[in-house]
Amino acid sequence: MMAGRGKWISLAVLALLIGLLPLVFPSGYYFRVGALIFVNALSVIGLVILIGYAGQISLGHAGFAGIGAYACALAPEHLGLHPLLSLVLGAGISAAMAALIGKPILRLKGYYLAVATLGFGILVSMILTNERALTGGPDGMNVADPGLRSLLRDMGWRLSGGEFWYGISGLVLLVGAWLALNLFDSPSGRAMRALHGSEVAAATVGVDVARQKLRAFVISAVYASVAGSLLALQNGYITPDVAGFLHSVEMVTMAVLGGVGSVLGATLGAAILTLLPQVLTVFAEYEQLVLGLVMVLVMIFLPQGLLPSIARRLKGRDA
Amino acid sequence: MSLLQVSGLGISFGGVKAVEDVSFAVAPGEIVSVIGPNGAGKTTLFNMISGIYLPGRGSVSLDGTDVTGVPPHRLAEMGLSRTFQNLQIFQEMTVLDNVLAGYHLSERGSVWADLLSLPGMRRRAARARAGAHQLLKRVRLDDKADQIAGNLSYGALKRLEIARALALEPRILLLDEPAAGCNAVETEEIDHLIAELSASGIAILLVEHDMKLVMRISNHIVVLDHGEKIAEGEPSTVSRDPAVIAAYLGTQEEEQADADG
Repeated sequence: MMAGRGKWISLAVLALLIGLLPLVFPSGYYFRVGALIFVNALSVIGLVILIGYAGQISLGHAGFAGIGAYACALAPEHLGLHPLLSLVLGAGISAAMAALIGKPILRLKGYYLAVATLGFGILVSMILTNERALTGGPDGMNVADPGLRSLLRDMGWRLSGGEFWYGISGLVLLVGAWLALNLFDSPSGRAMRALHGSEVAAATVGVDVARQKLRAFVISAVYASVAGSLLALQNGYITPDVAGFLHSVEMVTMAVLGGVGSVLGATLGAAILTLLPQVLTVFAEYEQLVLGLVMVLVMIFLPQGLLPSIARRLKGRDA
Repeated sequence: MSLLQVSGLGISFGGVKAVEDVSFAVAPGEIVSVIGPNGAGKTTLFNMISGIYLPGRGSVSLDGTDVTGVPPHRLAEMGLSRTFQNLQIFQEMTVLDNVLAGYHLSERGSVWADLLSLPGMRRRAARARAGAHQLLKRVRLDDKADQIAGNLSYGALKRLEIARALALEPRILLLDEPAAGCNAVETEEIDHLIAELSASGIAILLVEHDMKLVMRISNHIVVLDHGEKIAEGEPSTVSRDPAVIAAYLGTQEEEQADADG
C-alpha cells in the first residue's frame, strides 16, 4: 500500500507543499498559520502511529504536548537549559511518562484505554493550571526565545519570526513524516499493524504484543511532546490549554478526518481543522460543536478518512 | 524422542470441563491428528498447547522443556507455530505483509533501525521479503502479493495462513482445520503441502474434519469426545475402534439420554 516508492512520493508531495505554498501567501500572517498547521500535523502523525498502525486510542495526548511545551517554558528559566535542549528534555520526560503509564494502561482495550489516557491528560492539565507559582496558572507563562533567529541574522539571513518558524516547523514535520513512513514498512511497523489486525495471530508469529503497543505509545508521545515544544517556542507564550482535553480531541479529530492510517492524510486533517477557525471566526466559539460534527460526519460517510477515501475513488475501487 | 509432549492436560470454563486429562506426543516429521465430534475440545486443546489459554491442569513440554503457560510469542521463538480454525488474517495488510509479519522473529531489530531505516534493517527486511515471495509461490499466492489480504477468497486465506506460519521456520506446526471450506482440488494441495512439510522434518499436529484427508496422511490419531481422549493409535486401528464409532454416530443409550435430557 505504502511500500518503498510510496514513501518517497509522500515525502516529495509534503516537501513541495511546504516549499511552494509561501509563493501564494497573501500576507506574512500566513507563515504563522502554516507553522501552526505543521506543528499540529506533527502531533497528528504521532497519533497515526498509535491509532492507525497499532490500533490503540488515546484521548490524553495533549498531556504530552503540555509536557513538551512547559519543558521549553520552565527548563531554561529554572535549569538554565538552552530552549532546544529543553525540547529534548521534554521529549525524554514524555517518553518516560508514556512508558510508565503505558505499561499498565495498554493492557486495557477499547473504552478503558480511552478513559485511562483521558485521565492522564486531565491530570497534566490540572497540574499545569494549579501550580501557579511555577506555571503562572491559567494565565500561562512566557517562553524564552531560543536565539536561533538572531544567529541566522548574524550570518546575514534576515527572516521574520513567521518565516523562521514556518521553515523550522516544516523541516521538523518532514523529518517526523520520514520517520513515520520508515516505521510503517519496517519490522516494528509491521508488528504494530499486525496486532491491530489480530492480537492473537500477531502473538503466534512471535510479536510481543504488549511491547509493541508500548513502543507505539511512547513514539506517539514523543511526537506530541516535540509538537508542544515547537508551539511554545514559536508563540513565545504558553497556557495550560495546550494540555487540555479539547486539544486531545482536536488531535484525534484531525487524524480521523485526514485518514488515520495515512501520514499525508494526517497533514491534510491538521491543515483543514487549523485553517477552519482562521477562515470562519465563528468557529472559535463553536469549536467543540464543529469538532463533534466533523467526527460524526467522517465516521458515517468517510470511515477511512478523507485522503484514503479520495485515493480509493481515484483508483476506481480496485478489486 | 518426542518433540511435543502433552501430559494430563485439562481446563475448565465456569465449572465445565472442556478438556480433561489428555496426553499424547508428537515426534519430528510425524503427523498427528486430533479428531472428534464438534465441541469435543479440539480447538481448546490447541489453544492450550499454543499458549493462548492457560491450562488448568497438566503440562506441555517442547523438546524436553516445560512450556506450560508460556505466552504464544515466546513459544513462537521456540519453534511452535499455528494456524486458526476461524481465520486470523491481518485483513488490512497486503498478502506479502501478512507473510512478512511471520518473519517478525528473524527480521526484528532495534526500534531506531526501524525509524531511521538503517541499512541493517533494510538487509533483514530484504531477506525476509525474498523468503516471503518463496513461500507465497509455494502456496500459489505469489501473483496476489500486493493485494489487500481481506480481498482474497476463503481458500486463498487458508493457504496464506499456512504460509505465514511457515515463515517462522517452525519445528512443530499446529494446523486447525486447514482444509475446512476448501474444495477437492484445494484440499489435495493442502494434503501434499502437509506431506512435504513432515518429510522435511517438521512435526505436524492437525485438527481436521475431512476424514479422508486425516486417514490418508496421519501417522497417529488422537480421538477426543466431551474433552476426553477416548482412543488413539494408527488410522486403521482408530477407524475400527467401537468407542470412536459410537462417538461419531452416537449409541442408542446416548440418543435415549439426549431425548430424556
